[in-house]
Amino acid sequence: MKQLDGAAAELVIASDAAGNEQDNNKVSARPIDQHPSTAAQFWIIAKSNPLSMVAFGLFLLLVLIAVVGPHVVPFDPLASNAAMALQPPSATHWFGTDNLGRDVFSRVIVATRLDLSISVMAVLLSLLVGSLLGAVAGYAGGWADAVVSRTMDTIMAFPLFVLAMGIVAALGNTIENIVYATAIINVPFYARLVRSEVRIRRDAPFAQAARLSGMSHTRVLLFTLLPNALPPMMVQMSLNMGWAILNAAGLSFIGLGVRPPTPEWGIMVAEGANFIVSGEWWLALFPGLSLMLAVLTFNLMGDGLRDLVDPRQRH
Amino acid sequence: MLARRLLQTIPVVIGVVLVSFLLTRALPGDPAAYFAGPAASPESIAEITAALGLDKPLPLQFFLYVKDLLQGDLGQSLSTGQPVLADLAKRLPASLELTLFALLLSCSVAVPLGIAAATRPGSWRDHLCRLLVTAGVSLPTFFTGIVLIYVFYYLLGWAPSPLGRLDFIYIEPDTVTGFYLIDSVLAGDRETFVGALKQLLLPAVTLALFTLAPIARMTRASMLAALSADYVRTARALGHSNHTVVFTYAFRNAMLPVVTTLGMVFSFTLGANVLVEKVFAWPGIGSYAVEALVVSDYAAVQGFVLAMALLFVALNLLIDIIAALIDPRMSAGEA
Repeated sequence: MKQLDGAAAELVIASDAAGNEQDNNKVSARPIDQHPSTAAQFWIIAKSNPLSMVAFGLFLLLVLIAVVGPHVVPFDPLASNAAMALQPPSATHWFGTDNLGRDVFSRVIVATRLDLSISVMAVLLSLLVGSLLGAVAGYAGGWADAVVSRTMDTIMAFPLFVLAMGIVAALGNTIENIVYATAIINVPFYARLVRSEVRIRRDAPFAQAARLSGMSHTRVLLFTLLPNALPPMMVQMSLNMGWAILNAAGLSFIGLGVRPPTPEWGIMVAEGANFIVSGEWWLALFPGLSLMLAVLTFNLMGDGLRDLVDPRQRH
Repeated sequence: MLARRLLQTIPVVIGVVLVSFLLTRALPGDPAAYFAGPAASPESIAEITAALGLDKPLPLQFFLYVKDLLQGDLGQSLSTGQPVLADLAKRLPASLELTLFALLLSCSVAVPLGIAAATRPGSWRDHLCRLLVTAGVSLPTFFTGIVLIYVFYYLLGWAPSPLGRLDFIYIEPDTVTGFYLIDSVLAGDRETFVGALKQLLLPAVTLALFTLAPIARMTRASMLAALSADYVRTARALGHSNHTVVFTYAFRNAMLPVVTTLGMVFSFTLGANVLVEKVFAWPGIGSYAVEALVVSDYAAVQGFVLAMALLFVALNLLIDIIAALIDPRMSAGEA
């Protein structure tokens, strides 16, 4: 049981940090100070799974860049300078300059906040809507279950990126709608997960006891059933984040949502693509690498969390 | 079993059509104003509203939409001036050729890799597999494509310029299947075949790298499960050779979950296809949709979304049929 508590606390740290990037340092320090056993637990996990720890470190770095990045970059990411156009990486311009003479390093750093916020908001939104729908469907059963399940099946019947394109095209070409589209295509994953987690425990003795003690259905659902679904949901969230970032960057790569001159990784790769055939590689490479690193970070972290939550999956 | 499965497809198709109808009509923003353009007067917007049937009640609009669909009418594309269906049909073979070739490529690498990793867990092959799997899912397809272009076109000069299906020095083969590789073989045109293959290779590798990861991961996991099963232990005890145990006993049983994973892989592939087509200026339906998006060509985008969804439903159906062929239990158990 003690081990489980440690794992849950660890998950809460990760989820808080993912959801609330500004308060990250405070949040991650708090539970460790309050429960010394958690810190010990943390190090045992860290030693047994170095790759996940690297991922966690990278994650903290990404959050740090997103928070302070725009205040510390050496150049204005929007300031063009025709005299310095298309300069290869140098001591002044670490990642070179683009076709308008803007500093690629500054743009890549500043873009971190936008890319992360789009995907964090999208994932949180789908987590919220998905778990609500899934919880109702799993708990109530009957027609509510049928309606929710069939709706989720219909969303999943589309190739998801294509559906996101269609949604953005219909709702209008704005960053906000990129968030909604990314959220909608991720809802089924959470809804299905929560539905099955709630369903298998709906008639479990502890849930029946809670009902017998006079708790309302809503309270039983929120306080006895949903907490049990939390660990797999956190794993799903971390794995989902990587995909949400890829998805949002892909949408802006094809010209949806983010508009130039806003610095964003997907659109920067798209702009850089025009110069790759003439050999100016730095325009596309650095935003592309940042994107890859961010996605890799979340995927590795998700894998680590899954090992933690479900050790049987470890091979 | 086949009839049953076909029946199950019907509600899915209805759902898909309903969603694509909602995407075209019921969402915020006035489609008539969209079609009329920014300089339209209120009169011309009203005229277009009537012409599109947007003044009718929503259920009736849906009925009319379905009626148009059944007649193959997806509307007119604003940018090409052609019916959307004709545009899509013309460009579909290019997309299919790319997607199927990429899947063939990734399966032929991912499945052996997964088996190699599962037969020797913890070996360098296993680590290679794990590395590829983790890196593969993290690669943004459009970025991989650009890196490949830089290395193989700009630096090494091995690949032809990343513009379309065939360099202009070759003559397009006569259309039989619409797949340049097959058509050029049918026409006996070796040069065109090589030319088409050269153009196809880089975008296909880009897509394949992306789909490699889930297939390899699933193959490894299900091979590991099969190899630790009782029937494999029994087969070993009976003295079968390692080859027979791995390929006859374990592999055939392990393939089923892999085939079912292909459904999800297809979903990702069809999405990634759009990005790869844009990077390589591939004249498929993905780049058609991207061009349409840029000029707000509403009917073309929605036609594309619907076509992709129907294609995906059909592919899933195909996967289930293949799964039933691989595993007789699937068809017998459901009867």
